[in-house]
Amino acid sequence: MLDLRGVVLRYPDFTLTADWHLPQGAEVAIIGPSGAGKSTLLAAIAGFEDLSAGAILWQGRDITRLRPGLRPMAMLFQDNNLFPHLTAFDNVALGLAPSGRLSAAGRAQVTAALAQVGLEGFATRRPAQLSGGQQGRVAIARVLVQQRPLILLDEPFAALGPALRREMLGLVRHIAQDIGATLLLVTHDATEARALPLTVLVSEGQAAAPMATDALFADPPPALRAWLGQ
Amino acid sequence: MRYLSLVPGLFLSSMALADTPVLTVLTYDSFVSEWGPGPAVEKAFEADCACDLRFVGAGDGAALLARLQLEGTASEADIVLGLDTNLTAAATATGLFAPHGATPKLALPVAWNDPNFLPFDWGWFAFVGNAGRDYPTDFKALAASDLKIVIQDPRSSTPGLGLVMWVKAAYGDQAGAIWADLADNIVTVTPGWSEAYGLFLEGEADLVLSYTTSPAYHLIAESDAGKVALPFTEGHYLQVEVAGKLAGTDQPALADRFLQFMLSPAFQDVIPTTNWMYPATETALPDGFAAMIQPATSLLLSADDAQAARDAAVEEWRAALAR
Amino acid sequence: MARRAGPLTPVWPGLVLAALVALAVTAPLAALLARAGTAAPGPADWAALRFTLWQAVLSTLLSLICAIPLARALARRRFPGRDALVLLLGVPFVLPVIAGVLGLLAVFGRNGWINAGLAAVGLPALSPYGLQGILLAHLFFNLPLVTRMLLQGWQAIPAERLRMAESLALTPRARFAHIEGPMLRAVLPGAAVVVFTLCLSSFSVALILGGGPGATTLELAIYQAFRFDFAPDRAAVLGLLQLTLVGTAGLVALWLVPAAQAEASRGRVLRHWGGGRGFDAAIITIAALFLSAPLVAVLLRGAPGVVDLPPSVWRAAALSVTLSVVVAALVVIMAGGIALAALRFPLLEITALPGLALSPLVLGTGLFLLVYPRLSPEALALPATVLANTLAALPFALRLILPRLQQAVADHGRLAASLGLSRGIWFARILWPALRPAIGLAAGVAAALAMGDLGVIALFADADRATLPLQVMRLMGSYRSDAAAAAALVLVAISLTLFWACERVTRDA
Repeated sequence: MLDLRGVVLRYPDFTLTADWHLPQGAEVAIIGPSGAGKSTLLAAIAGFEDLSAGAILWQGRDITRLRPGLRPMAMLFQDNNLFPHLTAFDNVALGLAPSGRLSAAGRAQVTAALAQVGLEGFATRRPAQLSGGQQGRVAIARVLVQQRPLILLDEPFAALGPALRREMLGLVRHIAQDIGATLLLVTHDATEARALPLTVLVSEGQAAAPMATDALFADPPPALRAWLGQ
Repeated sequence: MRYLSLVPGLFLSSMALADTPVLTVLTYDSFVSEWGPGPAVEKAFEADCACDLRFVGAGDGAALLARLQLEGTASEADIVLGLDTNLTAAATATGLFAPHGATPKLALPVAWNDPNFLPFDWGWFAFVGNAGRDYPTDFKALAASDLKIVIQDPRSSTPGLGLVMWVKAAYGDQAGAIWADLADNIVTVTPGWSEAYGLFLEGEADLVLSYTTSPAYHLIAESDAGKVALPFTEGHYLQVEVAGKLAGTDQPALADRFLQFMLSPAFQDVIPTTNWMYPATETALPDGFAAMIQPATSLLLSADDAQAARDAAVEEWRAALAR
Repeated sequence: MARRAGPLTPVWPGLVLAALVALAVTAPLAALLARAGTAAPGPADWAALRFTLWQAVLSTLLSLICAIPLARALARRRFPGRDALVLLLGVPFVLPVIAGVLGLLAVFGRNGWINAGLAAVGLPALSPYGLQGILLAHLFFNLPLVTRMLLQGWQAIPAERLRMAESLALTPRARFAHIEGPMLRAVLPGAAVVVFTLCLSSFSVALILGGGPGATTLELAIYQAFRFDFAPDRAAVLGLLQLTLVGTAGLVALWLVPAAQAEASRGRVLRHWGGGRGFDAAIITIAALFLSAPLVAVLLRGAPGVVDLPPSVWRAAALSVTLSVVVAALVVIMAGGIALAALRFPLLEITALPGLALSPLVLGTGLFLLVYPRLSPEALALPATVLANTLAALPFALRLILPRLQQAVADHGRLAASLGLSRGIWFARILWPALRPAIGLAAGVAAALAMGDLGVIALFADADRATLPLQVMRLMGSYRSDAAAAAALVLVAISLTLFWACERVTRDA
């Protein structure tokens, strides 16, 4: 269970609070007007931003002071998800062995992950030799081998078209369900948000507690209505 | 706005006032410095020459010759003052100098019969250091010690060249080996005597190549007996500093008059306490000079021998120090 | 892109200026070639060539080795005074070499601060002369340059990549291999060749700290061939050696160094997780002391003597300021004109090459051979100094101005053409605001470099006509070190003021 207890992020130009928790295996969209702090919230959960107050707990354990790499989560960004000088295989391998050295079993695992995202035979290609969709799949394969119980996505695959993005998201959800992971997705796309059961609305300095997406969109509060342009 | 008026002046400064004849004397830097002989000599000569005596400092003595060749016949200089006997043959060979035609009464440790150049002072080269410690008494002991020395470049400086000739005159074919042994003692090689002496005074070296009479400066001018010249058993190389008239001068009479003046008491009397050398004519010396060491043996190559040996000796020096 | 510049960007002035540069360069070169004839370099010349290469290789390695941990520490740490330190890194580039060397002597000389400390704990004294002195000075002048280039490299690493490395918990080794390693591989060659080229042409440093046969660079050998031996033939041979050497390095530099890298940056600090804090703090402290101590030394030694400086120093200062203002104006005019023409003819950028390849002393030698013996060398001193400094600053100016011009034309050229803007409006309202900061920086760099230059002027100057750096040199030579320090302080103050003024006046609002 991910638990945000009285979290406050204070910056010179804005403040964000969050106080809620999520059950294991939940799939949550984080939406809100740009500049409201969606990505900041995600970065704080990942450990890239320090909290001004409050605590973040995972399965009851306080992880507020833990380095990002030691937190139980995998993360995907808008772009720059891959190291350009490494092959697809080596990029995935880093998810398994941060030192870069891999056992025979590890190699088999990486190969299997690439196969699972439909990239059999692409192991030796570098990112520049792959299409945008294929690059996304490599990044997802890495999330797969990381086997972390929390997957954070910050407007991922922004460079891809809507169809490809939907496909990627489907793949990530599939993998998250496979390993029983909780999924948090920052998005500015209402369609994408509606595909997930839960939604956190970030606006006016507050990240609201997660609500059922259908109910939220059926009766949008004013902030969401403004964002949707209704 | 006052400073703006300086700007045109910068470009015109070498143009003299029209009605006063100008005698330009090319010489080494330390001669023209405020505490050198320059100011006193200028004042004394201008007192009755009805002329403007201009000293132009151009590095150290050996660089004067190159400077003269650089300017060639376009040179504004009328007199060159500050070469020595190691360079007079080379200077004569340029054809830029005119005979002086004088037969003055001199008081030099050597006979004088050079037709183009007249001596104005002389001295012995010596290493100078701070008093109060035991110093080596020859080049070999100096090379074996861990004393740090600063010397001058023989291609630009007459003391630097004098040192090369000193080692050559004392050691002949072994000179190269002496230089090789000395190499690790040499802190740096400066273009001129002033730079080297300045570094020594700043404490950058234990010893500096200078003259047996250099301690007299500290003794007389600063009442400081703390500097000593090192007596060397090989003997000390002599330097006779000379001046000559350029053939291309536009003031030949004034130039002759200056050379004559150079060997008169008005010039010679200020040499010991401004250039800190022995005057070239019979002149009473100030008290401090009695305390200076008197080398038992003097070394000196004749002008022709020096000319014959110079290039090879300097190359020997260069090759040994380049390693 | 901006291939068709259109009628709004005139080409002819640039072509004429480029032709002038070509003439100013080829005539002295032809004179050099003619004079050198079939003369071959002697053993001393080969020794100078070897030493030039050797010290440049060592200086480059030393600068890179020290700059990598420093840039890394600056990229990852946020601490009070960080901005000031990054600003300090820009100072040596515009600091007159002679003033820097004077400061280094006060710190590292036998009676300097460092040796006083060493003597207190019974260690042997270090000498700032010879090879080690030259390396020390080159480190002082080049470490900041490389550090800034590397710092930009570090700051250009995408933040996501760093975060990803962190969320993957990469080991320090893997982190270096996958993030910093590739960046260094991309940035280091350019930085190395720039430093190497600068060290090849080192003159003032070698003149003051080297000079003995064991520490003579080609530039110094050219000077000595003139001033010591009066051997124009040898000077010509040495000049051609130097030209080949630096020309090759300059070409490689032009090809390797991405445009506008010389621009200053004081960008964001990367968020960093993990250890190494003590190491970084030590590196930053040592570097800050090493770079600031010589400046402080010049200030402390020089300040008391400034009021008593002889008039000759103020005359030299007036001359130097005049020269550097002229040079700055010429550089801006030439770089601007050539950049406009280079929009149509990109090859014109090659006019930057002489400034990189042709050292002031080589140029001076060639000019001397052209006019000798018709004109006296003194008549040549000022024009040759202006020419040499203009050519030397031209590559920097072009590198600063051309990319901005290309960008401005690409961004606004079509719109301006479709609006039918007059050429006057186009220049005054569109191009000038876009280019202003680059022009100011170029003028500032040119003025500061010209102010501190000690090259051609040392070859030809007579006793009356000294620039301020030469006057400092002369004061040092006549063991008036207090006056030299005071004059050096004046020199530093003027150089930095000129640079600051040019940069300030034209900065983006």
